[in-house]
Amino acid sequence: MNQSNKPIVWGLFAAGGTVSAFLVPALILVTCLAVPLGLLPADTLSYQHLIDLLQHVISKLITFGVLFLIIWHAAHRMRITAHDLGIRNDTVVMLICYGVAAAGSLLMLLALLKI
Amino acid sequence: MSRRPYIRELSRTGWWLKQPRYVRYMAREMTALFIGLYVLILMAGLFALSKGEAAYAEFLESADGLVGLTFAVITMIFAIYHTFTWFQVTPKAMPLVIGGKRVPGAIIVGAHWAGFAVVSVALWLLAGGQT
Repeated sequence: MNQSNKPIVWGLFAAGGTVSAFLVPALILVTCLAVPLGLLPADTLSYQHLIDLLQHVISKLITFGVLFLIIWHAAHRMRITAHDLGIRNDTVVMLICYGVAAAGSLLMLLALLKI
Repeated sequence: MSRRPYIRELSRTGWWLKQPRYVRYMAREMTALFIGLYVLILMAGLFALSKGEAAYAEFLESADGLVGLTFAVITMIFAIYHTFTWFQVTPKAMPLVIGGKRVPGAIIVGAHWAGFAVVSVALWLLAGGQT
């Protein structure tokens, strides 16, 4: 019997969608809105603060895992939505969507290993 | 003997503008575009962070300002819409049976929102916020 890669693709998609649903609104609040609004201290996103936070292996693992799942979910959904928007060349769409997600994830991995 | 075949008048790109429920469907799918771009920006920020203090300062400066803030607000709206639509389908995606009885959908959705509140407050406190 042929093995299908659907369960893996679907599993990552569902996991990423769930992580997005629970975390992204609060993440946007903390990383983009709270400091300009004066709700969080000005040094929340300072260089030293984030470097200290990302020294621990656990925080690196969580950061990588969370962002990897979210970008995978977004990439897969954009691939499917491209079809709905009339872009029918799935091979090209797939390469762009997954390629961007893979490049971003690789960049993040290198960055986290260096920090 | 003339046949006039039925030609479906349906735009490949604009079909979803025809009905409010199609627009809602497309808005739901488009949450992925904004969330994806936001995460790519976070990844770029991490990369700048790894290159050193000067590179990170440059990144912060380029992400700052009215454009960045506008993008953040729009992304926030789409992100909350993703959360709403994702939780809304959980009773169908993971029906729960306890003691031979089906748990009502509203309870499953409500439990997810409660979890969302706990996770959000936890992240807020972790970032140094006050409640």
